[in-house]
Amino acid sequence: MILTIAAKEIKILFVSPLAWVFLAVVQLIFTWVFLGRLDAFIELQSQLMLISNPPGATEVIIVPIYAVASIVLLMVTPLLTMRLMAEEWRNHTMPLLIAAPVTVTAIVLGKFVGLMIFFLIIIFLIGLLPFSLFLGGTMDLGLILSNTMGLLLLAASFVSLGLYVSSLTTHPAIAAAGTLGILMMLWIVDIVSTDLGDLLSNLSLLKHYEQFNRGMIDSFSVVFFMLFVISFLVLTIRRLDGSRLHG
Amino acid sequence: MNEFACTLIAHDLSRRFSQYTAVQGIEIELKQGEVLGLLGPNGAGKSTTMQMLSGNLAPTRGSIQICGIDLLDYPETAKQYIGYLPEIPPLYKELTVDEYLRFVAKLHRVESSQILDALARVKDRCGLNQVGKKLIGILSKGFQQRVGIAQAIIHQPKVIILDEPSVGLDPNQIREIRELIRELGKTASIILSTHILSEVETICDRVQILNKGGIVYSAVLSDLKRKSINLEQVFEQFTLKKELIGDY
Repeated sequence: MILTIAAKEIKILFVSPLAWVFLAVVQLIFTWVFLGRLDAFIELQSQLMLISNPPGATEVIIVPIYAVASIVLLMVTPLLTMRLMAEEWRNHTMPLLIAAPVTVTAIVLGKFVGLMIFFLIIIFLIGLLPFSLFLGGTMDLGLILSNTMGLLLLAASFVSLGLYVSSLTTHPAIAAAGTLGILMMLWIVDIVSTDLGDLLSNLSLLKHYEQFNRGMIDSFSVVFFMLFVISFLVLTIRRLDGSRLHG
Repeated sequence: MNEFACTLIAHDLSRRFSQYTAVQGIEIELKQGEVLGLLGPNGAGKSTTMQMLSGNLAPTRGSIQICGIDLLDYPETAKQYIGYLPEIPPLYKELTVDEYLRFVAKLHRVESSQILDALARVKDRCGLNQVGKKLIGILSKGFQQRVGIAQAIIHQPKVIILDEPSVGLDPNQIREIRELIRELGKTASIILSTHILSEVETICDRVQILNKGGIVYSAVLSDLKRKSINLEQVFEQFTLKKELIGDY
């Protein structure tokens, strides 16, 4: 059932030009960064040789791409998640899903999985960039994998939050604005909280992502992302159940 | 009639929205192969009742049994036997009719080997054969309503719940849809809400009149015809009288 709903989400996403435009624009940005960094690396290569323990191609070229990717995803996700629930309310298609022999959990997970498949495509396309460099030399595979894993967890967090905000309103635009606002706040919270100590800055999603970006898979960050995703999925399920109970 | 012949039993169904009571103490029994009309003025609680019967709204009090299975305790099992057309047909306008119906069939657990057959059957029944490849968004209101009915019957449910099925259709389409409902009534039990009296007279076996959230009148239509009682008079008597009392 989860897969049926996920397949429907993917289909609706790809019958509109939105998804295609996103994939094209996002890939253009990443490739641009990639080529720019590649150019810089080739120029700097001779000087880098002089340093003891120099940064490799992966650090110079690939890590910045994944850093940019996290910001791009932060901007793009609200536009993709906005219609997940809000449009079902707005088009009065929610009764169809609720009246079908499917649990609310399956509906929510189906939508989550559907959009995550779309993000897997984006992450796969980003992954093609470093792999193209395998043609000319060796890369730090561990660093690439930790970045990919980080980006995946980050995307899952963005999607679960967007899904929840989308379930609160019948207007996709409000859902998008709300999600973007919260994501921005979670981004800047560690800049603001310099004096307040650790507690608040731990909430910053991008700060956790920085660990993966540096090649460190911190179990605290993994658990944080997982809890973040699960919390918002549970909140969404409760929200749907609540609408049935309270009208 | 034994109890198993009833496909839908709603007992003491009530629903409150904070202070406002929309529906109170409704009793509905639907027998196999019966078409029941829920009649009532606007705001009588018809749609609220339909939403509760389809599992879209949890009742504040009361119980619903679908083919002997409690809808509130075992929603996933009970919902397999229900086909529901809400007041506004739940259509994904960016999908084609075929894509949409295939999704609905999967959602209702029609086995994948039988989906093609089910699709062909409902399209034939609802007159959708020419529009299978068209986007739902560009279809006329009449065709959209037919797609709405098609999604409610694709899994051959035992209980079909239709909320104002003929709203917004032209007279010819209304006639077609009525014929379709009559035909469906031979194999399944149907409960439909409407505020059009002639609709009840032409397609229903039994009628229940709702007013102010409660059932005020219930009759078998053939009895009414035999006693030559006019449904319109009954309707006025039971819905207007109550309002006068309320105003008084």
